Amino acid sequence: MSRKPLIEFNQNGIYCAQGDFYIDPWRPVKDAIITHAHSDHAKWGHQKYLAHHLSKEILYHRLGNINLETIDYGVTISKNGVNITLFPAGHIPGSAQIRVEYKGEVWVVSGDYKLEDDGLCAPFEPIKCHSFISECTFGMPVYQWKPQQEIFDGINAWWQQSQTEGKTSVLAGYSLGKAQRILQNLDLNIGKVYAHGAIQNSNDALIRNGIELKPTTRLTAEIPKEEVKGNLIICPPSAVGTPWLRKFGNISIGYCSGWMAIRGAKKRRAVDRGFILSDHADWDGLITAIAATECDTVYLTHGYTASFSRYLQGIGYDAREAKTLYGNDEEEVEAQVGEVDNELELLSFTEDLKEKI
Amino acid sequence: MKAFAQLFLSLDETNKTNEKVKVLVDYLLAVSDEDKINMLALFTGRKPKRQINSTQLKTWAMELTQIPEWLFKESYDVVGDLAETISLLLPPPKHEQNKTLSDWILEIREIASFDETEKKNWLINSWDSLTQQEKLVFNKILTGGFRVGVSQSLVIKAIAQISGLEATVLTHRIMGNWQPEIFTFQDLTAAEDGSSDNSRPYPFFLAYPIQETSEVQKSTEELEKSLGAASDWQAEWKWDGIRAQIIKRDNEIFIWSRGEELATDKFPELHPFIFDLLNGTVLDGEILAFKDDKPLPFNILQTRIGRKTISKKLLLENPVAFIAYDVMEHEHQDIRSKNQEERRLILEQIQASCNQQQIFRISEIVAAKNWDDLALAREQSRELLAEGLMLKRKSATYQVGRKRGDWWKWKIDPLSIDAVMIYAQKGHGRRADLYTDYTFAVWDGDKLVPIAKAYSGLTDKEIKQVDAFVKRNTLEKFGPVRTVKAELVFEIGFEGINFSTRHKSGVALRFPRILRWRLDKKKKEADSLESLKLLLKD
Repeated sequence: MSRKPLIEFNQNGIYCAQGDFYIDPWRPVKDAIITHAHSDHAKWGHQKYLAHHLSKEILYHRLGNINLETIDYGVTISKNGVNITLFPAGHIPGSAQIRVEYKGEVWVVSGDYKLEDDGLCAPFEPIKCHSFISECTFGMPVYQWKPQQEIFDGINAWWQQSQTEGKTSVLAGYSLGKAQRILQNLDLNIGKVYAHGAIQNSNDALIRNGIELKPTTRLTAEIPKEEVKGNLIICPPSAVGTPWLRKFGNISIGYCSGWMAIRGAKKRRAVDRGFILSDHADWDGLITAIAATECDTVYLTHGYTASFSRYLQGIGYDAREAKTLYGNDEEEVEAQVGEVDNELELLSFTEDLKEKI
Repeated sequence: MKAFAQLFLSLDETNKTNEKVKVLVDYLLAVSDEDKINMLALFTGRKPKRQINSTQLKTWAMELTQIPEWLFKESYDVVGDLAETISLLLPPPKHEQNKTLSDWILEIREIASFDETEKKNWLINSWDSLTQQEKLVFNKILTGGFRVGVSQSLVIKAIAQISGLEATVLTHRIMGNWQPEIFTFQDLTAAEDGSSDNSRPYPFFLAYPIQETSEVQKSTEELEKSLGAASDWQAEWKWDGIRAQIIKRDNEIFIWSRGEELATDKFPELHPFIFDLLNGTVLDGEILAFKDDKPLPFNILQTRIGRKTISKKLLLENPVAFIAYDVMEHEHQDIRSKNQEERRLILEQIQASCNQQQIFRISEIVAAKNWDDLALAREQSRELLAEGLMLKRKSATYQVGRKRGDWWKWKIDPLSIDAVMIYAQKGHGRRADLYTDYTFAVWDGDKLVPIAKAYSGLTDKEIKQVDAFVKRNTLEKFGPVRTVKAELVFEIGFEGINFSTRHKSGVALRFPRILRWRLDKKKKEADSLESLKLLLKD
């Protein structure tokens, strides 16, 4: 009789039967460990949550009064003989890889991660394991990031130029993580930074959690557009093209996302400038990270899972695709997950899952 | 090249016409005249002769990047453009250069004498000196396919701004057979037209659709209100063939397609009548497959288009005729400023004095006393194999490009069926990495048979939803094509239907496109092949 794997994928999420807990479950469960606070990974309705300290305020802000325990990186807790340790994933503040160990067998669930040290969150640490459950949002060789300094030089130059042209700069980026990473690298000698409400809320939560951020002003309806002119607004991607933005008159819109690497995707967005800036690992980053784990088996949860697993098999890994409900669209996770709530789609999806397992 | 690569990038980064023109003007003012004319040549489809084919480009790029072929192909599916895919896969440059666009174009011409190894070395070395953005435009120049998302009219506008010449004059001057090696920027912008190109066509005058979509029908009252009395208009049938311009000058003849391609050799049966025309004659019209005084469906004409050589058999079985719409040059005079009625009289005289009226035909005027008569006539379009009516204002000159006001096309509504999506493939360009190209099927008994491929007609939001459906409901993958769970029903519009031996279903649809997503319909409610075939008999 073959032994059950330590970690499996079921209809609720990534499950450890021995410890009876889930990692980033997408359906309400009893005991959930959360890799990071993005909404496709941290869902509402679980009885118990465990996450990193730095996710605390943002989880309360997003999920309300949940039963949450937080721990530090490197601290091990135990559930029915299963040892659980969090390690930095470098994705956003508080993001963690979850190391799960039972009787010498080690699994690591990456959540989302990037390898570059962004100066905002604790940098990614490779963890040796037997099985690695990895994302591969940008698991195609056409995605190769440049050092962030180069991108931010471009962003600051664009802001400066827009200002000279009498325009207000608007920078769109995901409200948790990306927005703060941008903020910390803006040159405030150019001007002031205004934050869309959703972003200011995230900032406030992170500040309550002890993270130091550069100053921003919450952009309220009372602030006249003359005051904002020539300065910079950070907003979530969903705000682009809304009447809210139109009131600021002459603007130049920049968009920060890994998807901006492709001309077609950039044109689809119809923004003025696309900045290739991602909180996910690029192609080389994924391969480096996987190699560093020295794992035997890789499970790929979201992104170009089919192509990337085939490539890994080609270079000698036991690589498998795992179907999950994590968003692929780094900046529009909320919208995507919302769409899946459609009963019909969820049904056909779970049918597929049954076939897979 | 840095300036040109930046131009390409900046044009991508704005959707505003005025800013695009500004970007073009800035570029033109910054570079040499030689670079200017080379840029204009590239932007109007006059690329240097291809010295390295795309298979070589692909093979050598794969060698350099050391990724397997299947992954290269899948990368292409993600990016949707070969030149860009290669530019993204190749490593960053190890050295730099400051060659201009003209330097590169010259080099590309010079490698014609190279053998394959020399070409390869040249290419690898060139790649290694170019940034990603430069590689992208460089690869595009090498492979042809140079689309920039900027219309010719914007480039003309920019040149008009810096040269002070009228846009219509420039549009005419850049038509026809010119190459940047011979035709200089000074030639283009000289006060007097010094061209000696006797093949040069005139810019076509193009009609605007009278109704944007088939959903919104225009009533005859509305037409009367917006266009005035029907008697101010000359109505003709709108034919579904190849719009063409026919030129006879200096005892030479030329046939130009609307895409500015010289198609003289493709239509030998037209030659005798063109030779019979007086020198200094230019006609606008439509080439149609035509037999026994009747037009034939477009797919018959299609058999003539793709061929390099036209066999006797094909000439005999699928003959063509020219239906003349207009005349732009008569007795060496540009008569585009004469009004429609005057030009029509001249055209009638030219056609009447020709002795091959089976092949040189004149577009018939649809007689009508009022808009109701025209609306009735329009209803007969499909029987006549016409696409609808053309309306031309009798007092109008022959203008340049697509202009609102004096020429309108009033097409008939498309035919439509409900069909089920069964395959999906990723799109290109703006639709790269999204499943946007679908194959649709109808019922043949209890089986679904594919009948059409279509990729336009959905909103961005719908595309996103269908893309998500495809990703979660894939049954099988065949290369880039996914077999999808048959579930989504769409209304497919098309212009016509013909028998086909090339398609499994036995029928081929003309211009299929998605009219709407029928969320209200289940797959069982889609149409059947039988009902589709009934349309054939009409």
